[in-house]
Amino acid sequence: MSDPAIELRGISKSFGPVHANKDIDLRVMPGTIHGIIGENGAGKSTLMSILYGFYKADRGEIHVRGNKVDIPDSQAAIRAGIGMVFQHFKLVQNFTVLENIVLGAEEGALLKTSLGRARKLLKQLSDEYELHVDPDARIENLGVGMQQRVEILKALYRQADILILDEPTGVLTPSEADHLFRILEGLKREGKTIILITHKLREIMEVTDTVSVMRRGEMTATVKTAETDPEELAELMVGRKVLLQVDKAPAKTGETVLEVRNLQVVDESGVERVRKISLEVKRGEILGIAGVAGNGQSELLEVLGGMREGTGEVLLNGAPLPLAGAGSDARTRRRVGVGHVPEDRQTEGLIMNFYAWENVGFGYHDDPRYNRGPLMNNHALREDAEAKIAKFDVRPANCWHTARNFSGGNQQKIVIARELEREPDLLLVGQPTRGVDIGAIEFIHEQIVALRDQGKAILLVSVELDEIMSLSDRIAVMFDGRIMGERLPADTNERELGLLMAGITDTEHEHSHDEIEQNLAQSSGKAG
Amino acid sequence: MQKLPKWADVGLIPAINLALALIVSGLVVSLIGQDPFEALAIMVRGAVGSTYGWGYTLYYATNFVFTGLAVAIAFHAKLFNIGGEGQAQLGSLGVALVCLAVPWPHWTLALPSAIVGGALFGAAWAAIPGYLQAKRGSHIVITTIMFNFIASALLVYLLVGALKAPGMAPETVRFPEGARLPSAQEILAVVGIPFSRTPLNISFLVALIACWGVWLLLWRMRLGYEIRAFGHSEPAARYAGISPLRITMLTMLISGALAGLMGINAVMGEQERLLQDNVLGAGFVGIAVALMGRSHPVGVLLAAILFGALYQGGAELEFETSVPREMVVVIQALVILFTGALDGMVRGPLEKSFLRFRNKPKPGVPAE
Amino acid sequence: MSFFDIIQILDSTIRLATPLLLACLAGLFSERSGIVDIGLEGKMLVAAFFSAAVAALTGDVWLGMLAGIAASMVFALIHGVASITFRGDQLISGVAINFLAAGMTVLIAQDWFQQGSRTPALTGEARFDTLDLPFAEALSGVPFLGPLYADALSGHTILVYVGFLAVPATWWVLFRTRFGLRLRAVGENPGAVDTAGVSVNRLRYAAVLIAGLLCGLAGAYLATGLAAGFTKDMTAGRGFIALAALIFAKWRPWYALFACLLFGFLQALSNRYSTLDLGLIEIPNAFVLALPYILTVVILAGFVGRATPPRAGGEPYIKER
Repeated sequence: MSDPAIELRGISKSFGPVHANKDIDLRVMPGTIHGIIGENGAGKSTLMSILYGFYKADRGEIHVRGNKVDIPDSQAAIRAGIGMVFQHFKLVQNFTVLENIVLGAEEGALLKTSLGRARKLLKQLSDEYELHVDPDARIENLGVGMQQRVEILKALYRQADILILDEPTGVLTPSEADHLFRILEGLKREGKTIILITHKLREIMEVTDTVSVMRRGEMTATVKTAETDPEELAELMVGRKVLLQVDKAPAKTGETVLEVRNLQVVDESGVERVRKISLEVKRGEILGIAGVAGNGQSELLEVLGGMREGTGEVLLNGAPLPLAGAGSDARTRRRVGVGHVPEDRQTEGLIMNFYAWENVGFGYHDDPRYNRGPLMNNHALREDAEAKIAKFDVRPANCWHTARNFSGGNQQKIVIARELEREPDLLLVGQPTRGVDIGAIEFIHEQIVALRDQGKAILLVSVELDEIMSLSDRIAVMFDGRIMGERLPADTNERELGLLMAGITDTEHEHSHDEIEQNLAQSSGKAG
Repeated sequence: MQKLPKWADVGLIPAINLALALIVSGLVVSLIGQDPFEALAIMVRGAVGSTYGWGYTLYYATNFVFTGLAVAIAFHAKLFNIGGEGQAQLGSLGVALVCLAVPWPHWTLALPSAIVGGALFGAAWAAIPGYLQAKRGSHIVITTIMFNFIASALLVYLLVGALKAPGMAPETVRFPEGARLPSAQEILAVVGIPFSRTPLNISFLVALIACWGVWLLLWRMRLGYEIRAFGHSEPAARYAGISPLRITMLTMLISGALAGLMGINAVMGEQERLLQDNVLGAGFVGIAVALMGRSHPVGVLLAAILFGALYQGGAELEFETSVPREMVVVIQALVILFTGALDGMVRGPLEKSFLRFRNKPKPGVPAE
Repeated sequence: MSFFDIIQILDSTIRLATPLLLACLAGLFSERSGIVDIGLEGKMLVAAFFSAAVAALTGDVWLGMLAGIAASMVFALIHGVASITFRGDQLISGVAINFLAAGMTVLIAQDWFQQGSRTPALTGEARFDTLDLPFAEALSGVPFLGPLYADALSGHTILVYVGFLAVPATWWVLFRTRFGLRLRAVGENPGAVDTAGVSVNRLRYAAVLIAGLLCGLAGAYLATGLAAGFTKDMTAGRGFIALAALIFAKWRPWYALFACLLFGFLQALSNRYSTLDLGLIEIPNAFVLALPYILTVVILAGFVGRATPPRAGGEPYIKER
């Protein structure tokens, strides 16, 4: 058997106290498509960045085609025949395709000869791999699919024979993704080795030969794709976590609090993030939105919370909420009874340089209770902060610490305390326990359920499936800006949700391997 | 987790930066053949060795407090207002127009009116760049630089035209006697303290009030809370329903108004007429003062007094030795360089050494 | 306004545009690489002083020019260390450099010459001589074009011609060479350059040093070509007009030429007339002087032909995926 194209031995990397990669071993055989799958934050991108010379590993060895190599920078990676297509393209927007491809790999000091030669080679590569793209088009005028082709051509132009693609389909439409997979198959036939990083099971099943699973910075398994199935992978990916039991009574739902109809969100770069979704949340229930990060859940929360504009219809207790212009801001939302625990407490929910007592009023700082005319009533804020710190057991119990000086769990408790104590009609909750220690998780979950039991409506967004499972009264799964389906926690399981999160809808019965294949073909056929 | 303890951030780092700036300044002095220690002694004696020295030191400091606060408050909203110079010039114009408009019977009436005039004109001059930044995304640094030049052209135009006093010089007529501000000498004489005749005047107290006012605004008022939140994180501001447009505009208006207030000290308190340039670079000194003072009113006050002493000491140095007063400009440049642009040079190694004394890395959550 | 007046104004337009042009191109190199440079003024000033001072001391204007360039490049290096190596604030660094130049030049001038912060007046070999373009004499008789060629275009010092030749040279380097491609790329998306295996920092240092070189030429011309010696603050805001011209020119070399000629023309006009009488309205001198700045604000506001700066300008490069 030939040497592996890539072999990693004992790679470890920490950022400060955070272990992004722990003692990783990986063998990628030449001429194969090797998938690396894992949840967000599992350490996949860090690992590949080490391979491409962007980060230096703290420990471990890299072998390329049997030879131990040192990859201190991208130049060395390129020399070793490794090419990388980043999740966020590394293209110069106002350059032409040709200029982007030549950049850094020019021959000689004058452009004319380099560009001339590149044009010929590009033509050749385009024909060979079906990667057609106008060499004189400017990148800013190309769609994302085309831009990705340019990135692949860039790597091929540098004679890469090992190609790493980091979440390549995240920005692609299903038909573009299918085209990409055909290209990858073509590259494989030509003897190239491809490493595909993704969190989508469908892709793994469709194109890879071998798949490695990462979880929490560790490589948990490497299996032949033909010998596994999506269920097993989903399990390996999510892991058998300690199921946190939340004691909760059955929901006593009342009238509808939040009603969303045809909500659409287009982001700054013109990408449609939320594609005309509709949903409703009733009094006394928790609607959990499951999904892999980046499928429109964040934008959904931001629009409802008044941080972003959208179109469509949103009713709160029957009254329409403006989605753009006057009255669509977060302040007005709070006034009408929408609380919001944001996904990112460090850049949104808290001002990290503010004291805990200042943060206790953040967003409600114009509440008469915290004001005396134009002055802030700092005394009232501190009193309130002390009460909340005691009630929510924030540690250290000192309101004179800046937010930065609390642990993640205690930071989150400050946010939760602030938003829950207001007893809002509707509470938006994003990733309530991200980066929060076990003890605090339980406490936070209890608080959310207690609010529900007071008859409030709660919209919960989380990428943690077991959190969704244990908290929600109803679960909606989001994929690619759409709601793929709704389930009741009692009638579903992590496997089914995992498939929905990967964009696969038909899971009515226990399927054989062939059936899955069929479903996969159908779903891609429908999309194409 | 905080990388540095607070005392190191607000005390140690500025101290090291200042020390570096002074060491390099000392090298410059010895390069031009002077004894740096003797030069320092002369400057210290000149600046604080007599009531005369103190008078000038605090007079200059008054200017720098206003322009320093102007830069500092903008820093809190993450805006770099480099246009203090132009705003102060316009403020001076506002003060002059107020002083010339009415035959003021007494300074107690003239001063409040002049404060309003100076603040309004300064604010107006900052409003346009602020608006362009918030609404059109025009880089505020470039627009405020351009507005500095436009301001000085405007003043030249007015002083050779509409406002020009009879005679050769491009300046206005003298302000009425009733608009004259009481000097420190006169005020202190009332309580029997002898003080030299210097341009130090009641504006110094206005500057102290401004410091207190800015402190009140930033740390006691709702607007200040919003300004600081916006400056730390714009997404957080949006989360809390704080309008970026509103905060940018209000911050620039206040910043411009503070710079404009410099006019009461320089124009009303000292020149008693409008000259082509009353500001003399104080707008730029404000940048150094705000950087050194870590954008806190107390820091700004202390830094302003330090720079006032440097300016007065520099004048004495020029008088007693052959070192020109531009030595002060060099020191000012080095302070800006070390505290502003080269902050990372000191901070990086310092953070590392502090971390080494802290707890060792503990296993935590994995990150992508 | 007679024909003779027009020739004279054009002649002085060219002289006044030269330092603007050199500084503007300096800024173009720096900002195209993503390093914002508001220290053009300071670099020009320090170059003006050292070129005049060394020319005065040695009697050789060429040595003076080299000294000016060297001084300017040292200042450029300070800016580079602060903004590239230590990832400091490029604007603050620029401000510091302007003050450092303003103070140091006077300090050293006083120490070396004791003539009230100026250098001795330069004469003979210590100044740049004027060059006559070929056939200037012979063609001067041709109506209109003759005087235009002989009196306005011909008869400047060599640095004027260097300045104007620097425009096509800059264009060529930027758009026809590998270095230019990389330079433009690093100002737009340093990540693209880094992942292509090219050092971001090295490119940016190169750009900053080229800016130093060009500012050096600008300063040398100011003190040894346009004037005969250094006087305190002799750049008088030219560095900022050059910055304005750069924005006006949307960071492009040929546009920079026209912007600098326009701004030079405005300076020439205001030097010559105290007010401009356009028949219906009289335009005050001050307005003409302020026009470059006003035009730049209008451009920045995006009301007329929006100017998009290099995307990565002002941001220190930190590796990220």
